[in-house]
Amino acid sequence: MAETETRTRTGTTATRTAVRLEAVTKDFGTVRAVDAVDLTVHEGEFFSLLGPSGSGKTTLLRLVAGFEQPTAGRIELAGQDVTATPPNRRDAHTVFQDYALFPHMTVEQNVAYALTVRGVRKAERLARAREALTTVRLDGFAARRPAELSGGQRQRVALARALVDRPAVLLLDEPLGALDLALRQEMQTELKELQRTTGITFLLVTHDQDEALTMSDRIAVVRDGRIEQTGPPVEVYERPATAFVAGFVGTTNLLRGEAAVRVVGRPGTYSIRPERILLTDPAEPSAVPLVEPEPPADGRRTVTGRITDIVHAGAHTRFTIALPHGDRLTVLRQNLTGLPESARPGCEIGLSWDEKDAFPVPS
Amino acid sequence: MPAAPAPGSRLRLTALLAPPLLWLTLAYLGSLAILLLSAFWATDSFTSDVVHTWNTDNFHELLTTPVYRTIALRTLSIAVAVTVIDALLALPMAFCMARVAGRRWRRPLLVAVLTPLWAGYLVKAYAWRVMLGEDGVVGAALAPFGLHGPGYGTTAVVIVLAYLWLPYMILPVYAALERLPERMLEASADLGAGAWRTLRSVVLPAVRPAVLAGSVFTFSLSLGDYLTVQIVGGKTQLLGNVIASQVTLDLPMAAALSAVPVVLIVCYLAAVRRAGALDSL
Repeated sequence: MAETETRTRTGTTATRTAVRLEAVTKDFGTVRAVDAVDLTVHEGEFFSLLGPSGSGKTTLLRLVAGFEQPTAGRIELAGQDVTATPPNRRDAHTVFQDYALFPHMTVEQNVAYALTVRGVRKAERLARAREALTTVRLDGFAARRPAELSGGQRQRVALARALVDRPAVLLLDEPLGALDLALRQEMQTELKELQRTTGITFLLVTHDQDEALTMSDRIAVVRDGRIEQTGPPVEVYERPATAFVAGFVGTTNLLRGEAAVRVVGRPGTYSIRPERILLTDPAEPSAVPLVEPEPPADGRRTVTGRITDIVHAGAHTRFTIALPHGDRLTVLRQNLTGLPESARPGCEIGLSWDEKDAFPVPS
Repeated sequence: MPAAPAPGSRLRLTALLAPPLLWLTLAYLGSLAILLLSAFWATDSFTSDVVHTWNTDNFHELLTTPVYRTIALRTLSIAVAVTVIDALLALPMAFCMARVAGRRWRRPLLVAVLTPLWAGYLVKAYAWRVMLGEDGVVGAALAPFGLHGPGYGTTAVVIVLAYLWLPYMILPVYAALERLPERMLEASADLGAGAWRTLRSVVLPAVRPAVLAGSVFTFSLSLGDYLTVQIVGGKTQLLGNVIASQVTLDLPMAAALSAVPVVLIVCYLAAVRRAGALDSL
């Protein structure tokens, strides 16, 4: 995964702008859905807007597609001001959450629609529709109706329909939301692959942090109509710019005020990722029975607590640890080896982390 | 699938369904059968009494007399014209109601479409008779343009029938348009289609079954009508009023004549069914 990302990013170093929003605001009545958002998506990039429902991320996408008009601000596609351009004149296609396939048309007619509208000759139209269907591995489905397809197949038709005339930008609105977990993970890989091979700029909206982290070159975390942080997945995860980002992207231990002084040893707001905390045996710190890598001696903070809960989640185990003053920490332990006998609820346990991993976040 | 009902509930189901089924078979289908049967009887030309002698003279007369053929064709043409006019009027009206008007306006508009259905048929027909008359509103409105009103006749019949049955076309079309997801229109625009293209490729196919369903009403109601033609039809003869006038004189002939609209409607229903429109009724 990491390799793919690097290749994609280095492959498009001479970046041109595919989508640019400048101080875009959108009000619905008295509700401000999007609040003075600035955003730049580079050409050939897989960019995700990640946020909880109601954060305004879908409105952002609809503004780029042209279904909504901004109350204020400016929208550019490939350097052209399209703020007042209707959706049918924008070089961007949308994959809708519910796919929005035309029920009275066959799969092929659906896929060829963008070409039909532009008056492309029938022979060429059909050839390109079949080619697009091959891209999404749906050969042989051309004559079917959308009602005869499964959810995953409809999803692929929607993709083929949006990609058939190779738009500059593909807008995806929670495209995997209606699929089950296994299919969703399969499609994540496929979407990423499709984006890489076509070189089309993908702008994806999702509330699923896994989806955003695995597929994107860059992520913008959206909250209450504003962008909290923009950056590559690793950066957003490792260096969350705000407490909200720290909590929304992955799970984290957020420590504020008194708790921060007690646990981290400094005032402020801190985020400690649960997988960065190592568990040690408090009686025999040298034995470190639960720890896989050898912890460096200096620059580490150690505290003692009591295990209150253990959840075995397959590849890892999640511990909830109560500290003396009632503070609680979540700790993730990779199950590289089996759990020792001493790890039971009620047991005393030591915790340690690199002080650098207690990352200060603006609250 | 639900399991087969227990014997007790089956009995109750039978008791529940028996009266309406009895009513349907005896009163409705029975009367139709008797009507068809009486078409094969004769009439004493002196007393106008029905003579129960089995013969096919009525149908023979029906098929060979040119005047009946003309009347049947005229009736069919009027029913088709009314249906086409209603479809053309209902589409933009229903579109405005379902898509253009704000949510607050939908209900009042729907009520406005339905209100004429509460008024009596005769009242509406006579209102049109007044409007289409010598000094009527229609003539007065057309006078400044140097035009005359249509007067009483075939055109007036088409106008009044189209007016009378319009709500039956608007309602299914409105329902279909309201059901059409906004996403479909957005998807069409998103893929590069302008308003006309979207109308032609997405909206019209979506409302086609509804238009056909509405046409079942406008077509069959127009075929069977005989009052409007009496009120605003002038000298125009349609199947309906020919049947009505024959009932007292020659009941078997009237019965044979009434088989014509029945056959036409059955053919129409079969055609519409093939087009898949009955699913949306």
